[in-house]
Amino acid sequence: MSVLIFAELDEGKLKKSSQEAIFYGAKVADMLGTSATAIVAGAADDSELATAGRYGATKVLHASDSKLNEPNGMAYATVVAAAAQQEGSKVIVLAKSSLADAMTARLAGKLKAGLAANVIELPDLSNGFRVKSSIYTGKAFAYNDLKADVKIVAIRKNTVTPEETEATAPVEKFAPALNDGDFAISVKSTEKSSGDILLPEADLVVSAGRGLKGPENWGPVEDLAKALHAATACSKPVSDLDWRPHSEHVGQTGLKISPNLYIACGISGAIQHLAGVNSSKVIVVINKDPDAPFFKSADYGIVGDVFDVLPRLTKAVQAL
Amino acid sequence: MKILVCVTSVPDTTTKITFTDNNTKLNKAGVTFITGPYDDYALARAVELKEKTGASVTVLNVGEADAEPVIRKCLAIGADDAIRVNAEPTDAYFVAEQIAAIAKETTYDLILMGRESIDYNGGQVHGIVGEMLGIPSISPVMVLDLDGDTAQITREIEGGKEELAAKLPLVLGCQEPIAEWKIPNMRGIMTARTKPLNVVEPVGTDKLTTVASYELPAPRGAVKMIKAEEAETLIQLLHTEAKVI
Repeated sequence: MSVLIFAELDEGKLKKSSQEAIFYGAKVADMLGTSATAIVAGAADDSELATAGRYGATKVLHASDSKLNEPNGMAYATVVAAAAQQEGSKVIVLAKSSLADAMTARLAGKLKAGLAANVIELPDLSNGFRVKSSIYTGKAFAYNDLKADVKIVAIRKNTVTPEETEATAPVEKFAPALNDGDFAISVKSTEKSSGDILLPEADLVVSAGRGLKGPENWGPVEDLAKALHAATACSKPVSDLDWRPHSEHVGQTGLKISPNLYIACGISGAIQHLAGVNSSKVIVVINKDPDAPFFKSADYGIVGDVFDVLPRLTKAVQAL
Repeated sequence: MKILVCVTSVPDTTTKITFTDNNTKLNKAGVTFITGPYDDYALARAVELKEKTGASVTVLNVGEADAEPVIRKCLAIGADDAIRVNAEPTDAYFVAEQIAAIAKETTYDLILMGRESIDYNGGQVHGIVGEMLGIPSISPVMVLDLDGDTAQITREIEGGKEELAAKLPLVLGCQEPIAEWKIPNMRGIMTARTKPLNVVEPVGTDKLTTVASYELPAPRGAVKMIKAEEAETLIQLLHTEAKVI
């Protein structure tokens, strides 16, 4: 009855959020007195997959059918359900992501599972299986009792900080039967920014709003992000105006992120924006309006012109 | 063509959330309930498709009687009729079970809903419904066009987007910019009063997940202000004090 962890790949590498999921899953396995198995779908080298052992997995199942090389929530749900059946897993752990969301929902339907999304702590097993999750877009938390036979826990980024060991995990081929229906959606094209740090995965984020006055002024934001190895983000009006792509929009109706550091430049801090970022560990606000509401939710603040402040911050980072 | 749009009734996005009864219930006092913002996008696209193709649009809500103003607003925006499953919308599986039961009675070409509700933020209902009905589910959908019985879809992925095609029937979780939000006009509000709103009782009683209690986040400490002319200090503080860089 091992705990099963769905570990997601990005170009053949285990995603950072998957490392966190493996570590979390291994902790849950310890609590339950069992082992932790990772299930991975898509093309990857065994040596890469074996690194799941560093984070606590004792075995990796690799579904390497070439049909799975394209991320596919429906087919991956079939794979994970089959793996859960083989391993007798009653607890399935994964990290929230675009792909994982699509996969988890289908999986919950297949297994009639109880699930909690946006989980932010290890479970409390003292009286059943209780997990704490973020709800109301970060404005509150819920303590959820998962009562179904199979439980799915989707963790939010930064729920745990993985401690690495030198261990490696044995990798086993896994070839479940796939259904034609799993491939009913055809992917015509994919457009993905390359080389950049993915915003949902980023530990550090530099974000800007209408205070930047136009898309041509994003240079200082990008320079600071580059110096910090941070991702860039933006407020809703900025993506609505097409100054930046929608995939960078953080807030109530955009991405919800929880990085270690969120630097907001020229963003006043409407409640809808705050909802998407208020679980960041440290929030920095830079705004020339001293009455900007965002200062009330910040850890550090600078009242000043972003075009003056940002280049100075970039230089200071480079001098570290 | 028949379109089913599933909508949630949720606290307004600017609501300050508090709880009552020893933190076991949402404090609804003074809270304005609205259609889930993502569901608004789903409804707006359904109404556009109705205008273009002559499709019928049915709104479905799993909720108690106090959700009816939200349902009436959806009718005012252009839905033809509505169904309310008379039950408290607890966990995603239960809600999906209700939607799937309705969809098994009447075949819908498209089942649209928001990518997630803004109360529980699970983003799971569309996928579970798809699985229960044995049809594809896609989310979050930014563009939806129909080419005969094939949907051409643009879906947001991390750091980009994906162009997809799939045959109807489909379940889709929607988000901006799939359509322009619609505001009901006076004629819509008047006609909404006469449109059918059928109340049905729920199926199944499984509660796979329940909430034992709620909690509010601890307030952040006071902001530490740094003078603009000493901006470099911020980087030192982030490095040595906050230890995040």
